[in-house]
Amino acid sequence: MSIMLDEDAAARPPTDDRGPAAPRGSSRGSLVWRRLRRNKLAVLGAVIIALLFVAAFTYGWYWPWTYTQSDPTSFLSPPGPDHLFGTDNAGFDMYAQTMRGLQKSLIIGLLVAVLSTAMSAVVGSIAGYFRGWADWLVSAVVDLLLTLPAFLILAVLSPAFRGQTWLLFVLLIAAFNWMITARIVRGMTLTLKEQEFVRAARLMGVPSWRVITRHIFPQMSSLLIVDATVNVGGAILTETSLSYFGFGIQPPDISLGTLIADNTASALTFPWLFFIPAGFLVVTVLAVNLVGDGLRDAFDPNSTRGVRRAERRELRAERRAARAEGRAA
Amino acid sequence: MIRFLVRRLLNYVILCFLAVLFTYVLASLTFNPINLLKSHKPPPPAQVIADKIHDLHLDQPIPQRFGTWFWAVLHGNFGDTVYGNAITPDVWERAGVSFRLFLLGTIFAVVLGVLVGVSGAVRQYRFSDYFFTFGSYILIAMPVFVLGTLLKYGATQLNFLTGSDFLQFTGETTPGFTGSFGVELWDRFRHIILPTIAIGLGGAAYYSRYQRNSMLDVLGSDFLRTAAAKGLRRRRVLYRHGLRVALIPMAALFTYGFATMIVGGPFTERIFGWYGMGDWLVTGIQTEDTNLTVTVTLFVAVCVLVSGLLADLAYAALDPRIRI
Repeated sequence: MSIMLDEDAAARPPTDDRGPAAPRGSSRGSLVWRRLRRNKLAVLGAVIIALLFVAAFTYGWYWPWTYTQSDPTSFLSPPGPDHLFGTDNAGFDMYAQTMRGLQKSLIIGLLVAVLSTAMSAVVGSIAGYFRGWADWLVSAVVDLLLTLPAFLILAVLSPAFRGQTWLLFVLLIAAFNWMITARIVRGMTLTLKEQEFVRAARLMGVPSWRVITRHIFPQMSSLLIVDATVNVGGAILTETSLSYFGFGIQPPDISLGTLIADNTASALTFPWLFFIPAGFLVVTVLAVNLVGDGLRDAFDPNSTRGVRRAERRELRAERRAARAEGRAA
Repeated sequence: MIRFLVRRLLNYVILCFLAVLFTYVLASLTFNPINLLKSHKPPPPAQVIADKIHDLHLDQPIPQRFGTWFWAVLHGNFGDTVYGNAITPDVWERAGVSFRLFLLGTIFAVVLGVLVGVSGAVRQYRFSDYFFTFGSYILIAMPVFVLGTLLKYGATQLNFLTGSDFLQFTGETTPGFTGSFGVELWDRFRHIILPTIAIGLGGAAYYSRYQRNSMLDVLGSDFLRTAAAKGLRRRRVLYRHGLRVALIPMAALFTYGFATMIVGGPFTERIFGWYGMGDWLVTGIQTEDTNLTVTVTLFVAVCVLVSGLLADLAYAALDPRIRI
């Protein structure tokens, strides 16, 4: 958040030492934070993600079963006191399996999101800042990659990363996920480049990479933060979709995708095997999207969120009155 | 207008070619169909393997392989699978299966998405708005394979409860079922309901969010107030003046939404037992079959680009400022 404080300090009229101190929490960072906290759904999403993280990564400490341990006394038992989420046809505890899968899916989602957003920022700003052949090349590659769904390209590449480390898989998902944001970043860089503060920096002889990192990136920090958040959900969906056909995470690794794929055939007969991992997947992505939307609203200067409740009610009443007028007319 | 469309079309054809070339090279580099043969037990003799390598042209450099394949495609021949079966006879049938699915899915997604989005904007902050918002959030977070399986599960329960077999979830038609045209159409209808919902509902949820936002923007605009002020009926204000403008940004989203729906194809086809292009793609990659995979890629690229062209047309038709 400190990056955003800089930018805001410049926009604020300089406060005189003798004058009254600026009201507390008037910086943009704290405004965003306050709006976000007011958004109940975003807070709910954040709490759910935090809980899922803790539950998934510490399950070994509080759960009697591990994901490699099978219970020879119960096969395909429905959810009950011994096995909270039941067991599968080999006697593996579904809670342990789901938590293990969730670990992998969450970590993949986070890594891909950070990587692909960083890539969009770098590629897009280079194209917009330097123009010329770099811009031409980037636009051509983006056009080409947007013609084909990333799912298809990744599926075609899947034999190349079969048997390799899953980190390669992460790199590849990120490598085919940056295009749309890069295009937006490029457009924003084009306009930013013409603004006085960027021109001033360039005329002062600041090297290009420094102009980009110090003057251009901070201006689009809100876009990048929102994009990274939304990408977490998208990456988890891509991972599970590929794993569903065996094109993604390979055994013995487990992800939510492999769990769902393995248990699809049982969905009609032993529904818990399918619907529990599927439910975790949907809840995870839903929670991430709620936080992403909350962040987007919080960053949006026109947003009414974070406005006091009474004011919002007034705004709403005003709009309703305007509508009623329209109807009467 | 014509010149604009021709230029776009030319651009799309070049992109299509590049996409196919790109996938062909990628597939040739990553696929190794000989592994499948080698993994047989007992392993086949060396001569058999050498013959297979020769048959699949694996001894040639990739540009030459692509040239041979693409030249044949221009003459209407898509080559053979790794098992030596001709691909061409099945192409149209499979394309037809996927096309029916995509067409109905698109219509379903666009119509439902626009209706729900507009109703959400017009009835903002009412119960129905919250209900549909909540539903679309869940659907956006739900991948097609979960939704499809959920629908299948729901259908078995519903059929069981009502004691009927109205909802069918395997294949396009009941095998061996024949009758008059109307009866056969009814049979097809029963089979197509669930796959259409599975493939279109996610898109509908996605469109509805954007449609709601764009309609809200329009509802607050001056020209709508003017339209109301000059005495037009509310319905006419909303639909003739408001919706038409609110649909313009949706045209740009259409291509992206359509591409997302194509990704849903393989899942929907596998779950509901339709043998279309999506099913073929999965087979092609699992058997590491370059010709098959790239044939499907060509189909996908053509679909995405046709949808792009349709979006351009819709844009021109909706936005009076565009006169090309």
